[in-house]
Amino acid sequence: MFNHLLSLLIWLPIVGAVPVLLAGSGRPNVARWLALLVAVITFVVSLYLLPQYNAADGAKQLVESHLWIASLGVHYSLAVDGISVALILLTSFVGILVIVGAWEVIQVNPHQYMAAMLVLEGLMIGVFCATDALLFYVFFEAMLIPMFILIGVWGGPRRVYATLKFFIYTFFGSIFMLVGLIYLYLKAGTFDLQTLATLPLTMKEQTWLFFAFLIAFAVKVPMVPVHTWLPDAHVEAPTGGSVVLAAVMLKIGGYGFLRFSLPITPDAADAYAWVVIGLSLIAVVYIGYIALVQEDMKKLVAYSSVAHMGFVTLGIFIAFMLVRHADNLDAAKLGMQGAMVQMISHGFVSGAMFSCIGVLYDRLHTRQIKDYGGVINVMPWFGFFYVLFAMANSGLPGTSGFVGEFQVILASFQANPWIALFAAFTLIIGAAYTLYMVKRVLWGDITNPHVAEMKDINGREWLVLGAFAAAVLVLGIWPQPLIHLMDASVSQLVTQLGNHKI
Amino acid sequence: MPNLNDILILLPEAFLVAWACVLLLLDAFMEPKLRWTLHWFSIVGLLMTIYLVVAGQPDQAVTAFNGMFVRDGVAEILKVFALLSTALVFVYAKPYLIDRKLFIGEFYTLTIFAVIGIMLLVSAGNLITVYLGLELLTLSSYALVALNRDSQMSSEAAIKYFVLGALASGMLLYGMSMVYGATGTLDLAHLHTAAAATTMPHLLVFGLIFMIVGIGFKLGAAPFHMWIPDVYQGSPTAVTIFIGSAPKLAAFGMAYRLLATGMGDLSQHWQLMLACLAVLSLAIGNLVAIVQSNLKRLLAYSTISHMGYLLLGLVNAGPEGYAAALFYAISYALMGTAAFGIILALARVGFECEDIDDLKGLNQRSPWAAFLMMLVMFSLAGVPPLFGFFAKLLVLQAAIHAGFMWLAIVGAVFAIIGLYYYLRVVKVMYFDKPVDGAEIRLQGDVSVRLVLSLNVLALLVLGFSWGPLFGWCQRVFVG
Repeated sequence: MFNHLLSLLIWLPIVGAVPVLLAGSGRPNVARWLALLVAVITFVVSLYLLPQYNAADGAKQLVESHLWIASLGVHYSLAVDGISVALILLTSFVGILVIVGAWEVIQVNPHQYMAAMLVLEGLMIGVFCATDALLFYVFFEAMLIPMFILIGVWGGPRRVYATLKFFIYTFFGSIFMLVGLIYLYLKAGTFDLQTLATLPLTMKEQTWLFFAFLIAFAVKVPMVPVHTWLPDAHVEAPTGGSVVLAAVMLKIGGYGFLRFSLPITPDAADAYAWVVIGLSLIAVVYIGYIALVQEDMKKLVAYSSVAHMGFVTLGIFIAFMLVRHADNLDAAKLGMQGAMVQMISHGFVSGAMFSCIGVLYDRLHTRQIKDYGGVINVMPWFGFFYVLFAMANSGLPGTSGFVGEFQVILASFQANPWIALFAAFTLIIGAAYTLYMVKRVLWGDITNPHVAEMKDINGREWLVLGAFAAAVLVLGIWPQPLIHLMDASVSQLVTQLGNHKI
Repeated sequence: MPNLNDILILLPEAFLVAWACVLLLLDAFMEPKLRWTLHWFSIVGLLMTIYLVVAGQPDQAVTAFNGMFVRDGVAEILKVFALLSTALVFVYAKPYLIDRKLFIGEFYTLTIFAVIGIMLLVSAGNLITVYLGLELLTLSSYALVALNRDSQMSSEAAIKYFVLGALASGMLLYGMSMVYGATGTLDLAHLHTAAAATTMPHLLVFGLIFMIVGIGFKLGAAPFHMWIPDVYQGSPTAVTIFIGSAPKLAAFGMAYRLLATGMGDLSQHWQLMLACLAVLSLAIGNLVAIVQSNLKRLLAYSTISHMGYLLLGLVNAGPEGYAAALFYAISYALMGTAAFGIILALARVGFECEDIDDLKGLNQRSPWAAFLMMLVMFSLAGVPPLFGFFAKLLVLQAAIHAGFMWLAIVGAVFAIIGLYYYLRVVKVMYFDKPVDGAEIRLQGDVSVRLVLSLNVLALLVLGFSWGPLFGWCQRVFVG
């Protein structure tokens, strides 16, 4: 059997970026088609994961392991479970859409843009596959380089500020994780995550490590109060950058919690779960209110991302309360599953929202809500998609946004009704800020003469938004395949939560 | 009495001395239009010396001239990389020297004599040899800095370097004399045992302090870093690139010989001293670099901070730490030559490419140069998957293993601060508009561009396969 599938998925886009780059600025169309070809092949190969991966068995599969650094015992080891597979599919799917979305929009050095996107895609897939902590860290950090370039070169007016802030914030978070990982390595003699998960650690060690991991992933998710880089980065990033950032990169924070905080420091994670739960609720409620008053569409969606990611962290950490204090494994599983579904769903919804804003921005070159109004009169197709995604963003049943949030709220109700009450606020606030934006952008009379001249979406944009819409609807109406894909892995994670290390 | 065997052990050094003498003669009597051959002659000499070093390497450490000279694995690896980086320096420097009418034999002979100093220094088995090697290296360097003697900046830099360097040498000698007074021996191997039995421990520790001043000066670790920015900025870039690469390996070798071989038993004293130097270097190097507008000065402060990281490895005071520090020194030598190599390749007649603003919009004017510089900057900043990250990883690991968790955290925090100014260089190249839009060509012929590209891409390749190199670094300190 061919057992380098994961390596292929990682390196295909990265190596594929080289010919794209070599196409040069003189032949932009060659670069575009090549990039699209690479992205499509990657997506097709990633689909091949589905038959290869046995969803009934939640353990790590498709294992690949080679000795990388003999003297340190570091391995180049890859493997996936259901959660990784779902995230890889999301990444390769979004990978195509951002390239199509950038087609004519990026005019300056399109070859560099496309190459950076492809490298980024490969590195993100690498993050989801790595089962060696050092390898994970390498992918996790290397990802910053293409993103830094993407925002800095093709971004908006304050792009330099935004991209430096993004890079330094994330680097700040992860370097402490590195110190923590070195400590673990010196204790265990390996960077293998499986071994680290069974390494006994005292409460004091766990607490330090937990907070080292927390800083790294909280910045990435992002959680309050280290979320301030996100609105800046989103506002200044080019549309494709925003889409990747919101759709995939933020998920890496949530994914990191699953792979590091939970298995390696379960007792400290339990003891400090209230910190994360508290911060998640603040994100859901307080950041929701902040989103309500935004004047800039991208900023609004960026804040709504912070609020939605609050559900992910809430779902992950509420599981601790349920497993350890209420002994309610089923509810814990429900919460964890909700968090995972929310990650995938938010990937589609936020990606779609940013793509929509990109469509508007390409026409009017402004993201201020007040500059629009009555867009539906001139862009009916666009309005259709925009309303659909807005509904998904506010969690309407039948769209993907509903499933995950509902599961998390159900689970938290069984842990503590008060937590559920605050979490459920999102249904009101989320609807409020999203629909308020829709009202001001789409409905009403056309006040800005430039809006009257706007053309409805073209075929390429239709393709991007249509693909997102299909994903949002399928996931909303029939989430069973996704849940089934991750089910066994989530169960395994939940049982792991109960393991004490001291 | 020295016999033939002693000479054979010294064969690479003897060969290079002879080669340098031939070079001097050739330079004096050669027709001007054949001068360019000196360049290749020098590079071939260095490469042949590498061959002699590696081919003649004995299985066990051997000594010559009654222990004055040691030929062991540590010396071998340091010599190989010092010679290699000097060869790179020669390749990169040629177009720059020709443009500035500095393409003269003295550059090559002085540099080669400095390399001979490095080779002696890293092979020293005796305090006297340490001093001899060090003086040969530094005296040649002073002259090199003043190579462009019509330039006021260069002369000023040379004088500063000379005065401070002489002071540091004096301190080192003073420390050595105290150590000699306390132990009665100059031989580093004997020193180790004699230090344990000394009746004057205070005198010994005082001697140690003065020796650490000398080492700190040579490394350019704060607070003995004052000369670095001025010398880096004032020297012709072709000389800066040399001073920023091979001598760092020499400084590591000197620290290893003096501290580990000679004063290993006093490690609990010098560990803390080095930790203080490391913290100061990290702080001063990284913080002051932020406000620099001159690229060479920025890289000078970056060197200071990198020496702080190197000290993090030495603080470990065990084979693991020495290996990490050696690995760091090698990685820095590679990154330093690459960074200055790109500056040299961008400099043209009447344009030094010294200010950060000179790089504005480089991506539009020369995408390949910008890409190479970006890799070097990310490597210096320690972002994976580049080589510099793994070097940092290993020194942090060495520090944590020795119980210096706080020091590792300080190192981590300053890595974040340091990131800012490296990113600033990338920002200028990629995000800013060029002042004038004309395309820039990298200077020099194909060989320069090829070697430079290979040098930088090595940082990427070594990021994926640094295992063998690190394995070599580990092996030389075992047994």
